[in-house]
Amino acid sequence: MKLSSETIRKMMNSVKSTRDQELTCGHCHDELDHFIEMRLAGKNAEEAMPLVQEHLDRCAGCREEYEVLLEAIQAMIT
Amino acid sequence: MRNRSNAEWLSDLSGINQSEAIEDLRRVLKRGLIYALSSRIPIDLESQVDDFVQDAILRILDKMDTFRGESKFTTWAQKVAVRVAFTEMRRQRWKDISLEDLLPEDSGDFTPLVLSDPSPDPERRAVQSQLLEIIGSMLSEDLTERQRTALLAIMHGGMPLDEVARRMDTNRNALYKLLHDARKQMRNRLIEKGLTPQDVLAVFENE
Repeated sequence: MKLSSETIRKMMNSVKSTRDQELTCGHCHDELDHFIEMRLAGKNAEEAMPLVQEHLDRCAGCREEYEVLLEAIQAMIT
Repeated sequence: MRNRSNAEWLSDLSGINQSEAIEDLRRVLKRGLIYALSSRIPIDLESQVDDFVQDAILRILDKMDTFRGESKFTTWAQKVAVRVAFTEMRRQRWKDISLEDLLPEDSGDFTPLVLSDPSPDPERRAVQSQLLEIIGSMLSEDLTERQRTALLAIMHGGMPLDEVARRMDTNRNALYKLLHDARKQMRNRLIEKGLTPQDVLAVFENE
């Protein structure tokens, strides 16, 4: 089987970021509204909710939804 | 549109003011989605967003009892709408693609695992070959077939987790757990070999 260097790097980056305890996508989603409001209030959401931040760093799908949600909330409040 | 507290949203959406509250919520969600999705949906943005918002409102009304009050109600509702929008956009984007389409050629054969873009440097190429042997045996011996298929569909094929989950008759959370177990297995195998992911990354980084 042939794989590219990029695929190997993706695999190794995902292994590198592996923790014994991780939030699933569902648990991350449960916390996302709270996490975003903390950020918009200027609080340190990453420090207060590190497992959410780690999941967003690791999971491209959740990160994409988070970024769009952040933009949507900013549009709602301006 | 009048400002509502969380309690007022909840009571209006389930009481005699429901129609007015739904229309207000529709406006809020639409404004947010139009702005946030404009760069991702080049054609028919407004009509697609209208469909997302309609589906989201049904979902919100159905799930209101799960709102925990840790954020504004509208933030929570927008979160539901974004999930609805992405689920549909991903379904559309990947609708004609099967898992088999995404897997590398000879994806059942891990020995030898070959690099499609090997280093021009012979010494480095030799180290890459040694590591590929370890990675090939991790994939073939340490992971289950479902773990391998999901991992390759995501890492090699670029398919989002929820779309892989749909094709594997599971859900996003269960698939995440399956892949979490796979990553832990791979991490343990590297440790057994006296390696870290950083060691491997250094050998496969862009030259």
